[in-house]
Amino acid sequence: MGSGSSRAPNSPTPHPPSGPGAADGAAAAPGAAVATHCPYCALQCGTRLHPGAGPEEPLRVEPDAGFPVNRGGLCQKGWTAPAVLRAPDRLRTPLVRGRDGLLAPAGWDTALDAVAARLAEIRAAHGPDAVAVFGGGGLTNEKAYLLGKFARVALGTRMIDYNGRFCMSSAAAAGIAAFGLDRGLPFPVTDLGEADTVLLAGANPAETMPPLMRHLNKAGALVVVDPRRTATAERAALHLAPAPGTDLALALGLLHIAVTEGLVDEEYVRARTAGFDAAWRHAAGWWPERVELVTGVPADAQREAVRLLSGARRAYVLTGRGAEQHSKGTDTVAAFVNVALALGLPGRPGSGYGCLTGQGNGQGGREHGQKADQLPGYRHLTDPAARAHVAEVWGVAPESLPGPGLSAAELLDALGTAGGPRALLVFGSNPVVSAPDAARVQRRLAELDLLVVADFVPSETATMADVVLPVTQWAEEEGTLTNLEGRVLRRHRALSPPEGVRDDLAVLRELAVRLGEPPDRFPADPRRVFDELRRASRGGPADYSGISYARLDAGEALHWPCPEAPDGAAPHPGTPRLFLDRFAHEDGRARFQDVDHREPADARDDRFPLWATTGRQLQHYQSGAQTRRVPELVRAAPEATVELHPDTAARAGLAEGELARVRSARGAVLARVRLVATLRTDTVFLPFHFPGHGRANLLTGTALDPRSRMPEFKVSAVRVEPVEVLETAVPEPAVRSAAG
Amino acid sequence: MIVGGGPVGHRVAERLCHHGHEGPVTLLDAEPGPAYHRVLLPALLDGSLTPADLNLPDLNDLNDLNDLPGVTVRHGVSAAGVDRRRQEVRTTEHDRLPYDTLVLATGARPHLPPVPGLRHASGWLIDGVTGLRSRTDCARVRGEEIVVLGGGPLGVEAAAALRRAGRRVTLVHPGPYPLDDRLDAGAGEVLTRHLAGLGVGLELGRIAAEVRPGKIALDDEWLLPWDTLLCCTGVRPRTRLAEAAGLAVRTGVLVDAEGRTNDPAVRAVGDCAEPGGSLYDGWEQAETVARSLTGASAPHGTAARRPVFRLRVPGLTLGVLGEGKGDAGDEIVTYRDPARGRYARLSLDATGRLRAGVLTGLPQALATLTQLYATDTPLPESRLALLLGRPAPRGGPLPELPPEAVVCRCNNVTKGALAAAWEEGARTREALAEATRATTGCGSCADDLKVLCREFAEVEA
Repeated sequence: MGSGSSRAPNSPTPHPPSGPGAADGAAAAPGAAVATHCPYCALQCGTRLHPGAGPEEPLRVEPDAGFPVNRGGLCQKGWTAPAVLRAPDRLRTPLVRGRDGLLAPAGWDTALDAVAARLAEIRAAHGPDAVAVFGGGGLTNEKAYLLGKFARVALGTRMIDYNGRFCMSSAAAAGIAAFGLDRGLPFPVTDLGEADTVLLAGANPAETMPPLMRHLNKAGALVVVDPRRTATAERAALHLAPAPGTDLALALGLLHIAVTEGLVDEEYVRARTAGFDAAWRHAAGWWPERVELVTGVPADAQREAVRLLSGARRAYVLTGRGAEQHSKGTDTVAAFVNVALALGLPGRPGSGYGCLTGQGNGQGGREHGQKADQLPGYRHLTDPAARAHVAEVWGVAPESLPGPGLSAAELLDALGTAGGPRALLVFGSNPVVSAPDAARVQRRLAELDLLVVADFVPSETATMADVVLPVTQWAEEEGTLTNLEGRVLRRHRALSPPEGVRDDLAVLRELAVRLGEPPDRFPADPRRVFDELRRASRGGPADYSGISYARLDAGEALHWPCPEAPDGAAPHPGTPRLFLDRFAHEDGRARFQDVDHREPADARDDRFPLWATTGRQLQHYQSGAQTRRVPELVRAAPEATVELHPDTAARAGLAEGELARVRSARGAVLARVRLVATLRTDTVFLPFHFPGHGRANLLTGTALDPRSRMPEFKVSAVRVEPVEVLETAVPEPAVRSAAG
Repeated sequence: MIVGGGPVGHRVAERLCHHGHEGPVTLLDAEPGPAYHRVLLPALLDGSLTPADLNLPDLNDLNDLNDLPGVTVRHGVSAAGVDRRRQEVRTTEHDRLPYDTLVLATGARPHLPPVPGLRHASGWLIDGVTGLRSRTDCARVRGEEIVVLGGGPLGVEAAAALRRAGRRVTLVHPGPYPLDDRLDAGAGEVLTRHLAGLGVGLELGRIAAEVRPGKIALDDEWLLPWDTLLCCTGVRPRTRLAEAAGLAVRTGVLVDAEGRTNDPAVRAVGDCAEPGGSLYDGWEQAETVARSLTGASAPHGTAARRPVFRLRVPGLTLGVLGEGKGDAGDEIVTYRDPARGRYARLSLDATGRLRAGVLTGLPQALATLTQLYATDTPLPESRLALLLGRPAPRGGPLPELPPEAVVCRCNNVTKGALAAAWEEGARTREALAEATRATTGCGSCADDLKVLCREFAEVEA
């Protein structure tokens, strides 16, 4: 037993309160509101938590009118978030799979001892890379940081990646290539409200992050690129609806028009960029009529989009998962960045390029070392100076740090294969629902010798595990998250976790100690972890060293980089706006990227004549493990659906409300038909939040982007067919058998 | 070995590299400079691009990508002859280059009409007369008065581009309207109006009778002044090399579906081949040949490309899908609004698939139909919605919405729920927001709530 385990799991580490709004230490004093942030998306809307009416509603949420991102707004998910805290099936005790193949309650020591013993065995028999770690973009900065350290130091494995690979990786790769640095929005969200034109490529914030629309509604013209006429597209001055998988051709066409119509900001291109000529060589081949042929977007509409952007005094180009989740997602983002650069937007006050980060800590989660190739502070694992710096902070030898491992989809695909990992630890992720080719993921997980899942509800992945560890949720813990604008935010505890539940940091510490690590190396107190993270990030691209809990609790708006000021100097004010003077490449210039269009990995044919694209619904978040446990949200969006054009449905012999089977080369999904007259007749849409036979990711493939390793979620060739009544009684896919 | 450095020859080389062709590739390009997009020549005429802007990506850049032998481009060198028995190409530089496979991409040359006075006795064109096939041709266009002979796609696009550049342009065309071999009279009328609106002088139903320096006489004896006489009167495949090598040639070099001539070691692609087609067809042939030569599998699901013609004149949407006018038994859909430049004539088979269509002034409909036609997909039931380019708007004014209609999407608040809250005493927008959370998401329904407050108050009164 490590020293930390003697503490009762639900009594938090005490430390003194630290400024206004702080609720460190214990549950809030009766009647006092605790300032924190919504548990879901990357907007991280400011909320105040009040004591609730009773056990069913432990907390009452009040949106924070003073927080600039949401300005008092909140969507249905945010309002109802406290329901997850008291989900009836909330995990309250560790579960260990017994010889009978069933998960049974166990004590913490039993569970942790079992995990540590098996990990040590597997490592001894197969080497350190036989143990893999899978993290999540919803984990706090502290958890993400400690998870990465745990993998590299306590496990010594190369094999760590996280679900943000399915989320932000394409935009991150393209952003680093273009600007030398990736921060989702290199400007505060509030700047968007001042814009004359905003182009949204593959983003549907009216459903995925509604309060963002408060800023976009204030902006002038909205140009929306989306195959579907989404709630966001309905509000647009101009909606461009390219065929799925053709956004890259469209972006090349926009650059072509900017050039032929003389709208390029030549002075900016000359002074602040490099590589225009090579980028143009490819865009030259994408004249508007050819783009129209490939994308289905009229040439006139393409020209109008460019005019709206170039005619604006202030304009933004923003990308979302619709542009990014492709086997060419990085190039697609790069092509949109090229358009923004040609028009002279990035790094100019009031204009720019940004990506709308998805998960709650999608930004911070990609900075602190749970990514296969990365160390804290957004450092590269292969950079000797970065290794030396981080190793020193960690008190280990630089050469003891393993090298880069496999990316998420490849990692999942290697599980249980010859030479692949034999054990997997999952924190804050549900890949059985959210990873591509989900049936294959399920088969791979079933091949493991050991699957350990830390979660607060029995997610679809947790139910396959050998050991399940119950952990805390948002309102029960302290920490920081970094929102889509690179602003570091404090998460505050408003409520004690249920008895039997532990913080992820404590779990990592306990495991590390059992694996022979000195207890001091794995603090469980988030404040201590953050202080270590600050030191580890010092001097890196995402430098947090000047940020402290005290400054955040005092209400300072700190965007990274925020280096620590020298002794005696005023604290660094943070960097709300990046690139105003120079980009982060050595020569200070942004890079045009030399990209061309290519077809999706799937092709349509007589067997699979339609495109399926996947995405989100307003009521649900990611794999739905949380939101499917909120009755109000389930009433509004209860089950897997497939949206079809009425003609497409009629041709398939389907009517509104009927059950359809959607089939790709990988698998089949059962989903309720919803007729949507505005859809393209060649495209169907499935939200990916639902479990079992309703998993949209049973259809998607593992074709990966060569640069970001992003899977192709947004375009799969499918067919749609009715389900005979008798066939509907098929059993759920088999869950993992007894641990072997 | 590829002969011909136009866009299609270039594409063959590029795709061979892409598919991992293991042997060396030599490309003979008669032009001294880099390959370029011929289709963008009108952008030179209107000044929106400079000649260098048209360059294709440098094939030498591909050679850095992998360890393959890569592409050697020889500019300013063309093939003087082919010895098929020895599998050798004799170049204009008098060297002999062996080949395993020879790909002919020699393209086409402008065909000039046999008008008296167009040429000197020596056969050379008189000064100021040019075809429009190269950057050099574009550079020959000078002066204020331009007469364009031939109202095909190139003639129309060139005339419109030259007008954009502020030149005086007259288009002489023998048919009743430009593009008369592709368009029916309805679309022809729209095109004629559009060109006239641009200020292009139109001499329709006319041919050139005699050319003199600075003047051209039409067959009705009308005289037009010219500084440049631009002949857009069609092209002929360049087949001399193939003919001399004894390959089967009709109009173009005869090829099979994978571009093979009657000699399996020789292929032909693009404008020099028969069947030929548009640039897109040429690119597709290039892809097919590259796959066939590298053993890459054929892309699945590609049916034969279907003929799509899209005029490239900014401000005018005009497209022709398919060839001919359809069959007698077809369903015919027509739409005509000449004052607004809109016209459509669609011919559909019994399954609702488009057999042929002509559209002008309907951008979204053309874009959608092009994709449906290219994939041979039946059209939506509502032909009207299709032509309008957008489904009819749903719902109606707020007061007419049923109680189950969602007013606040972000919080899934229905009109009924708001009415109930009103009954409970929430009588202002703020009170309704407090009671139902409506307006607290994206905030877009704030105005709707104002309207509803009035409606609820009126119902009560």
